[in-house]
Amino acid sequence: MDKVSLVFVSHSADIVKGIKSLLFEMQPEVNIAVAGGEDDGGIGTNAQAIEEAISSVYSDKGTVVLFDLGSALLNTELAIELGEEGRKIRIADAPILEGGYSAVVEAGFGSDIDKVVEAAEKAREMQKIPQR
Amino acid sequence: MKITVKEIEAWLEAFREEITAHKEELSDLDQAIGDGDHGINMARGVKEMHNLLETKSFQVPGEILKAVSMVFIGKIGGAAGPLYGSAFMKMAAEAGTKEALSAEEFLGVLRAGKSAIVQRGKAETGEKTMVDVWLPLLKKFEGKQEIDWDDWENSAEELKNNTKEMHAKKGRAAYLGARSVGHIDPGATSSYYLFKALADTLREGS
Repeated sequence: MDKVSLVFVSHSADIVKGIKSLLFEMQPEVNIAVAGGEDDGGIGTNAQAIEEAISSVYSDKGTVVLFDLGSALLNTELAIELGEEGRKIRIADAPILEGGYSAVVEAGFGSDIDKVVEAAEKAREMQKIPQR
Repeated sequence: MKITVKEIEAWLEAFREEITAHKEELSDLDQAIGDGDHGINMARGVKEMHNLLETKSFQVPGEILKAVSMVFIGKIGGAAGPLYGSAFMKMAAEAGTKEALSAEEFLGVLRAGKSAIVQRGKAETGEKTMVDVWLPLLKKFEGKQEIDWDDWENSAEELKNNTKEMHAKKGRAAYLGARSVGHIDPGATSSYYLFKALADTLREGS
């Protein structure tokens, strides 16, 4: 069955490369694409690269994007506008790693896009150190 | 005054010269309150824009603005890439296929750019961003049929300088909070050079 796909956007190519391999180990059935760093290998984000990443894994069930800092959001919003209109793409307001982890688990169950976004955003409140 | 492809090209080349000459200043300003790459990023963008203007010919202002928007989106990077890129994209749409724009029409084109920046950056005035130059400057000259370019340039400079005392609320500088006070905003400064270049170009032409 078709699953929601994920795109990770970071200022650093190394960060998203690491996130992708970590999540692939967790759930290899969810399609993940990444856009990290500038064309020349520098630190930054690029709307055209983000658009290509989204298009490479887009499914009719939708695609959820997670991003790291400030301008990654501006470039992701612009990337969505640069692409075809009417696609089901959502940006999750979540920490990129923990949110991505929750999202890949949820997407792996075949959940719809709203559920995947919700799972990612819930990661904001997740306690990382268990309370006694 | 009529603004055609010729004036737009001259303006953009003048902007490239300003950015190239002030690359260090822009990076130093960004070093103080951001990640220090604004000068390098802008210089990379305008260099690529120059290559585009050298190799392609354009029929109408809207066509140049569109092509330049794609260069800025692809080459500037940071927050400035999507902000300047979105501004030029909306300016291109507003200019449409008109061959020549009156001063009033051209101010409308710039206002479309301003709206794109406000929408993309979700910033208001007083938050120490390029919006603090674009918004009040275009408001001041709205509806004018003739523009006093000295007044235009001085106003842009004053608005840019006013960002010094502001407390950053957007972008990387916002992490600094009150420590951002005392530094002029780099995005407001590159925007000032864009508007200064326009004044220099059209003052000569008129």
